Amino acid sequence: MKALLEIQDCTVQFGGLKAVAELNLAIRERELVGLIGPNGAGKTTVFNLITGVYQPTAGDIWFDGKSVVGRRPYQITARGIARTFQNIRLFASLSVFDNVRAACNLHLRNGVSHALWRGESFHREEQEVEAMAEELLAIFHLDHLRDAECTSLPYGDQRRLEIVRALATKPKLLLLDEPAAGMNPTEKQELMRLIRFTQEKFELAVLLVEHDMRVVMGICERIAVLDYGVKIAEGTPEEIRNNRRVIEAYLGE
Amino acid sequence: MNRPKTWLILFVLLVWAASRFQDAINPYYFDILITIGINIILGVSLNLVNGYTGQFSLGHAGFMAVGAYLSAAITVFLTPRLDGGAMGATGLFVVALVAGGLGAALTGLAVGVPSLRLKGDYLAIVTLGFGEIIRVVFQNTEALGGSRGLSIPTRETGLFGTYLVAALTIYVVVLLVHSTYGRGFLTVRDDEIAAESMGINTTKYKVIAFVVAAFFAGIAGGLYAHFKQFIHPEGFGFLRSVDIVVIVILGGMGNTPGVILAAILLTILPEGLRTLGNWEALPTSLRALVQNRMILYSLLLIVLMLTRPQGLFSGGGRFTKWLKGRGA
Repeated sequence: MKALLEIQDCTVQFGGLKAVAELNLAIRERELVGLIGPNGAGKTTVFNLITGVYQPTAGDIWFDGKSVVGRRPYQITARGIARTFQNIRLFASLSVFDNVRAACNLHLRNGVSHALWRGESFHREEQEVEAMAEELLAIFHLDHLRDAECTSLPYGDQRRLEIVRALATKPKLLLLDEPAAGMNPTEKQELMRLIRFTQEKFELAVLLVEHDMRVVMGICERIAVLDYGVKIAEGTPEEIRNNRRVIEAYLGE
Repeated sequence: MNRPKTWLILFVLLVWAASRFQDAINPYYFDILITIGINIILGVSLNLVNGYTGQFSLGHAGFMAVGAYLSAAITVFLTPRLDGGAMGATGLFVVALVAGGLGAALTGLAVGVPSLRLKGDYLAIVTLGFGEIIRVVFQNTEALGGSRGLSIPTRETGLFGTYLVAALTIYVVVLLVHSTYGRGFLTVRDDEIAAESMGINTTKYKVIAFVVAAFFAGIAGGLYAHFKQFIHPEGFGFLRSVDIVVIVILGGMGNTPGVILAAILLTILPEGLRTLGNWEALPTSLRALVQNRMILYSLLLIVLMLTRPQGLFSGGGRFTKWLKGRGA
């Protein structure tokens, strides 16, 4: 199968610091890939690189047959890459439903004039969006919280809502930035089930950045390891577990 | 079926009926009524930028000035030339207003595109600077009266025109925000990075908000010019912008009913204090205090901001809930 996302020799440099150095990484369609590494290894930088928040100093990124370098984040999302954030970034003043609805904006055919005229096509599309948002919320068991303020939700529900919101953009690739951070073991189990379910149900490729080894080893088909911005290993969970360089990076020599 | 449009038409008809009797209204109250209408237009339109989209603009009076001068110029220069023409005074007035609004919108586009890259305080300073530039430009344009000001021969602004525009402003802002498309404005306010990641073109939303707000500010300027029949660059300075920002903040950022009420309250308050100061039955000492009404007015603002920083009509109050229940 051909690669959905291909990062080719990408470097990100901040002044004298190479946050990511000559990274090569490919993700195939419907593949669940983990990206791990010690603190400050450049994992989130890779996310910001893929989503267009940072531009690569050198190298190229291909998604679905086209280069995404130089595109703005919203354009990259339109191509089919959605993400969640390490520190939850929901739209704080909006309700649970509106958070999802806002993300449906991307595929809207209507614009300003429709919103003002409120003709038939406006109402039809508005109903479509509502149905889609409600269906997504129901799949993730958040439908009973539809009109709640999103900031009033428990932590785990906020994480789930972020995933729902990302799915509303109809992505082909979902980037999850430390979804297990701050969760207890039960919640982590639930999260693993949720990620696998999402990936199968929506036929997504998933790139997962995570600190928790049990989560990563438990669900990823393939894992890449970063250390000081350099990819030091890549392989199946079994191979990574026994890789000498990985163990050194985490535990020291 | 189409409720917002029905409400709009009903309201316009009501205002039209009321405006039939506008000659019977005491000129002083008439002045207050028109000023309230103009302040509603200014407050509600600025609320789209400062409240819903979360971009702090301090240059709203600048857009008002563009609309006021452009529409006044059209009236002043074309009235003698079109004397007895097919359009008539009212037709020319409408053309002047729309041209003023479009001119202000274009100015909004020209100012917005470069400056909306900035955030928070920086955007406030840039828009403040822009407002001052506009004022100085008009002050030095001799063809438009320069620092002597510009007189407009006809008084075309009436109750109907003012409240028609006010209703249109409210209609546009409310319907724009209350749609899936319009949720984009709120996401820009809440978290720009997350908004971009959800596929929302934040620059486009900011520019739309800016241009729409400038358009209505321009029309408000035209209404003002054709009501007072005299405009002066000093009337559109920094303080005027602050007045409008105060209306928005007091009403509650991103709360249209609140902003409308604040516009009414802040227009009536100084006048009410004036009346109170002249009231014979009041003890002399109290009257002296009330007569310094601008001090009292400013004090009231401070107290209001200390006690209701989220805006007079924001939050979970019963009144706000009632208003929101009305689909606003």
